[in-house]
Amino acid sequence: MKREILARILLLALCLVVVLIPLALRDRSLTLRARMPEDDGWSPQVIQAAAGQPLRLRLTSEDVTHGFAVGQMEMASVDVLPGVVSEVTLLFDEPGIYTFFCTRWCGLNHWRMRGTIEVSGGDAPALADAPLYVALGLDIDAPHPVPGVPSQIPSAARGGQLAEIVSLAEFSTPEYYRAHSPYQVYQDLVSTNLNAAERWDVVSYLWRSQTTAEGLAEGARLYAQNCAACHGETGGGDGVFADQLAASGQSSSQTMHGSMSARTPADFTDAQNMLGASPALLQGKLMRGGMGTGMPMWGVIFTEEQSWNIIAFLYSFQFQYQGVTR
Amino acid sequence: MTRHELTRFPLIKALLKNRWPQLAVYAALLAGFIFAIFAGFVGSPVGNHNFSIVFVWIAWWAMLILAAVPFFGRGWCAVCPIPLPGEWLQRGAILELAPTGKGVSLGRRWPNPLRNIWMQNISFTLVALFSSVILTMPLITAVVLSAMFFLAIGSSMVFERRAFCRYLCPVGGFIGLYSQIAPLELRVKTTRACASCKEKPCYHGSEAGYGCPWQVFPGGLQKNSYCGLCMECLRTCPVDNIAVNLRPFSSDLATPTKRLDEAFKAFIMVGAALIYAGVLLGPWGALKDAAYRIGSGVWFAYVGVFLSVLFVLMPSLYALAVKAGMLLAKTSSAVRPAFAAMSAALVPLGLMFWVAFSLGFVFTNATYILAALSDPLGWGWNLFGTANIPWQPLFTGLLAPLQTLVLIAGMLWSAETAQKVASAAGVRPLPVIIYCLLATLVMLGLLL
Repeated sequence: MKREILARILLLALCLVVVLIPLALRDRSLTLRARMPEDDGWSPQVIQAAAGQPLRLRLTSEDVTHGFAVGQMEMASVDVLPGVVSEVTLLFDEPGIYTFFCTRWCGLNHWRMRGTIEVSGGDAPALADAPLYVALGLDIDAPHPVPGVPSQIPSAARGGQLAEIVSLAEFSTPEYYRAHSPYQVYQDLVSTNLNAAERWDVVSYLWRSQTTAEGLAEGARLYAQNCAACHGETGGGDGVFADQLAASGQSSSQTMHGSMSARTPADFTDAQNMLGASPALLQGKLMRGGMGTGMPMWGVIFTEEQSWNIIAFLYSFQFQYQGVTR
Repeated sequence: MTRHELTRFPLIKALLKNRWPQLAVYAALLAGFIFAIFAGFVGSPVGNHNFSIVFVWIAWWAMLILAAVPFFGRGWCAVCPIPLPGEWLQRGAILELAPTGKGVSLGRRWPNPLRNIWMQNISFTLVALFSSVILTMPLITAVVLSAMFFLAIGSSMVFERRAFCRYLCPVGGFIGLYSQIAPLELRVKTTRACASCKEKPCYHGSEAGYGCPWQVFPGGLQKNSYCGLCMECLRTCPVDNIAVNLRPFSSDLATPTKRLDEAFKAFIMVGAALIYAGVLLGPWGALKDAAYRIGSGVWFAYVGVFLSVLFVLMPSLYALAVKAGMLLAKTSSAVRPAFAAMSAALVPLGLMFWVAFSLGFVFTNATYILAALSDPLGWGWNLFGTANIPWQPLFTGLLAPLQTLVLIAGMLWSAETAQKVASAAGVRPLPVIIYCLLATLVMLGLLL
């Protein structure tokens, strides 16, 4: 009978051990699980943290490869791989609500894959200024077509040569650039006695002079990472998700909460619309989002500087910047 | 046929008779089984990073199909942990013999109409129909393993002996079918000794051990199909008449079955291997999608095709081949007995189909085993430093030639089997051989 009892104890102990030891060794740190947005996206979607104290997160995906980054924060995106646990430690200096988001094109509703980190404690941050489009009183949802478009792609290099013979001081400030559309500047340049093509070249030059090669490069990188899936790598509104968005229509838009009108992504190669849009207007669309269309709100993701770099890059679909290296 | 008795070696016999070694293996495997269920429920839902998928459907399956079944027959059943808890409750003991009546089972007799393997045919088919999710989703695997676990306990509580293993287990059915091929058997040394034995302790039990859990009288054993190699009869036989023998491969197929349930098991296995090869290894996304989208219209269409191939198309064509063989042999007897007997040809064919299929996904996915060994729950552990080993298919250059050789060997083996059983069945084997050849060509096309 002793042998029988021993056998029973050994058997039960072994079965308990294989369950209890893993549970005892389990890492209790917060694990942020990623799933496709259609399957509820991040879990948890709201994380609590304290300002000035490191927040250690374990990231893992339960389906496809995702990416993790926190909006408006200097950090490299972290790959979140299926079945693999990655770790990241975040430090927030100021309290507030931060948005974390997926940085990989994980699916049709990729851009909806977001969550928030509510950081408490510390000194309250200063209130942010109103966005420029609000200060300027722009209606960013109003159509803004132009009556005429350039007959050839405006060249910043040619415009730069013309800039040496005409006075452009009043058009060259950042404030003027951000508040005016290319077409408004084109019209304002009538006083220069340049012909139409030359004026468009000068506009191209003015737009290029408001950014740098580095700024354009960062704009291109952010565009490729966040915008190209819908708007297309060449800006034509024909990204890999564009067809799916159109095909799925309302149904895809209702997979998350509420419904919205399914609209095709904006075509940045369409001169009639792009040349009528000021940088402030485009920034407003970018930061606020499409308000019911498929365009997400990027204001919680991009910094002010990043948004201007993206806007500068968007105009490169209209203007020829080659030959200008600065 | 030449046989070599392994139990004449004292060490082997002692190891097999002693309950401790078997219990030690049982205990280790039961712990692994419990852990697989645990991992399925609480571990990562990503299949290739979860013990339940990697160790059950890759490691265990590879061990079963590539080694245990072909060489040891029901060797796995001898140590399978699933019936252990139920048997413990049924007997009232785990190691030593408990006094009769100490267990808690009702001890009912398994119903006569179900004393066949149709239930196993159905249970395997059900698992096969849902295999696309069972093989990839740890949670579903855990549910299936748990269901088997509790079904085994429940059947032990209601019925006598190992009713689950004998009549319900989806795996046990095909292990029994292919165990006929194994070069290992448990048999009596002489039937005369059994005939003169009045007590039949091998079946009824004695102070030395339990009666056969598999409801088999060893004295009447002619094939491996229903002997679970549990070694109880080795312990209970009062005249030392039980032997474990080495023998030539596929010895049992010389006396083919007369039962349709066993014949259909052969069709189910061949058909399932063909469909698995198409769905799991083939390039057809729509087919894979249909198998995965359980409950959808396309899945029901897939189910229809699956069942039609297994239960209608393949058996019907085989019946036609058998009938053609009967016409060639100028035999006018009923087709059914010949059909059942000639299904023996599908046993080596089916096993080789499964070996070839399994080689494909085992070589492809074997590196997951090392990764899951270090991080079995997908919790970010790295116990043995192998968690981050990247996925890499193994022996890619060797796979196709190996699969081809295996399939050709299976084809030749099935032709030889068909020839052996044909005359007793009253048929000419050629049409059946052509059937096997065509099935092999289809499998080759799917795998290569």
